[in-house]
Amino acid sequence: MKQLVRMTAAVIIITAALLYLTNWLNTSQGFRGKDTLTIYNWGDYIDPELLARFEKETGIKVIYQTFDSNEAMMTKIAQGGTSYDVSIPSEYAISKMKQEGLLLPIDHSKIPNLKYVDKRFMDLSFDHDNQYSIPYFWGTVGIVYNPEMLGGREIHKWSDLWDESLRNQILLVDGAREVIGMSLNALGYSLNDTDEGHLQEALRRLNLLTPNVKAIVGDEIKMLLAGEEAAIGVVWSGDASEIMSENEKLDYVVPKEGTNLWFDNMVIPKSATNIEGAHKFINFMLDPEVNAQNTEYVGYSTPNAKALELLPEDISGDERFYPDPEMTSKLEVYENLGPRMLSHYNELFLEFKMHRK
Amino acid sequence: MTSRARNLYLVPYLLWIGLFVIAPIALIVYYSLFDVEGQFTLSNYVKFFTPVYLKMTLSSFWYAFLITFWSLLIAYPTAYLITKTKHKQLWLLLIILPSWINLLLKAYAFIGLFGTYGFANGFLELIGIGTKQILFTDFSFIFVSVYIFIPFMVLPIFNALEELSPSLIYASRDLGASAWTTFRRVVFPLTLGGVKAGCQVVFIPALSLFMITRLIAGNRVITLGTAIEQHFLVTQDWGMGATIAVFLVLMMALIMIVTGGRKARGTK
Repeated sequence: MKQLVRMTAAVIIITAALLYLTNWLNTSQGFRGKDTLTIYNWGDYIDPELLARFEKETGIKVIYQTFDSNEAMMTKIAQGGTSYDVSIPSEYAISKMKQEGLLLPIDHSKIPNLKYVDKRFMDLSFDHDNQYSIPYFWGTVGIVYNPEMLGGREIHKWSDLWDESLRNQILLVDGAREVIGMSLNALGYSLNDTDEGHLQEALRRLNLLTPNVKAIVGDEIKMLLAGEEAAIGVVWSGDASEIMSENEKLDYVVPKEGTNLWFDNMVIPKSATNIEGAHKFINFMLDPEVNAQNTEYVGYSTPNAKALELLPEDISGDERFYPDPEMTSKLEVYENLGPRMLSHYNELFLEFKMHRK
Repeated sequence: MTSRARNLYLVPYLLWIGLFVIAPIALIVYYSLFDVEGQFTLSNYVKFFTPVYLKMTLSSFWYAFLITFWSLLIAYPTAYLITKTKHKQLWLLLIILPSWINLLLKAYAFIGLFGTYGFANGFLELIGIGTKQILFTDFSFIFVSVYIFIPFMVLPIFNALEELSPSLIYASRDLGASAWTTFRRVVFPLTLGGVKAGCQVVFIPALSLFMITRLIAGNRVITLGTAIEQHFLVTQDWGMGATIAVFLVLMMALIMIVTGGRKARGTK
């Protein structure tokens, strides 16, 4: 019994000592209250030089943390253990966080650089008037393929994937909305379609694709495509640019029938303590020169019109990542279909996965 | 020691069981009674009996059966041979060693080995068979799963064989039984307890495998585990995920009862 008490006491004393130590370390390094800004971003999604520059220009100390999925990020923010001042979720996560009251409205008067953002990327269905979010990067879902492995064949549209000559050559990304959306688009429907008949038709169409599908995988898709495990992959454009920088033989195409247009936007979570600093940071990232540098580093498509002008022609003129207006008009943003429909999409996706060759 | 003091020492265990065994199961059952929109309903249970989930259950059972079957087929002779070697503990250690390495790392290693340009295909090319698709097939899925589960099958069988008194075998031989008859009538029945324990330890986790269904089978094999993962992480339909988990718990309990019941009467 005595030992038990002693052990418990020891644990409490050690914990208290550690708590004091972290506190002291934070103070001595200037990580304190108003002068710090906690940023919660995807891994490798900002030029670290810019963080240093922001610290120098504003005198605010940046604490930088990363996440690898919208779901993980939302859970952590909802929990509220750490107070994050800026985060960069994708559009569907934004509409969800908005509904759950996890975001603070953004004061546009404090972000003068907002005028540089292309009007096409403002006021979209997931956040009208950009009350809660400011565009950071955008992209599409499309097809990465290896012309060499296909004997010089080119791919232009979704329906090309159903060709019999492509047996066992396709890797799909493990996302219900991406894959079912692809089938809906191939049939000429909207990828936000909720009509049961259309969805069943899309599932039947997908089942016909089964012999061509080698696997449905997650993040490994980048490694597998770069390693030429399969000739074709259905991926997000951001992943595509990463794959193409690893294996130059590969090419990316935005399918003709139309596809998904996605966004990662900057938001201020409810738990933010340095709201002033968060606005400063968002404004800083929209500065054309800063934004151009970041775009060159990350390799995604920038929504900043002025920054795009500053970028070299081989980036800004690349129609695979900056499609022309005619193509852009066929791109659709995922609408929040509600949990019930999302669940249904996932069940259809499970059914497709279970369909055997 | 007074009985009061003894009861005091029981507190940590009771707390542990309450917090980490009973409470989680109760929570799973509780969550399974709510749909996506948070309404109280039994619809999740109705949904489980639709073709999608029934098919998934069947395929989970089929693959778990195949994995257990092959594990047993490989593990029994292995355990038997180990008991005959000189450095038993060393051999045993060598078999257990791979299970100290993280599962994810092993899965990634197999992607490299089984890939189109991997070691396995290099070998097939060399002996003139030519490149075959190994990764993302039923074969690779079962192979990797068996590889992962073998140590768990070998250990209980090895222990059962070790406990077997050699005098029983001598007696059987003295009475004129052939080696095969001795094995069939004496050794195997007496180690059945180990076999059952091994099968339980393999079959039950094999039912809910999820990560390697994606990494090694490329989502061509769908188990109940995959569906649970998807409902919790992607759809955030915790109700349906929990319902599948409830059924898994029930099935596992059933398997324990069926395989455990006879054991009590049998070996010891």
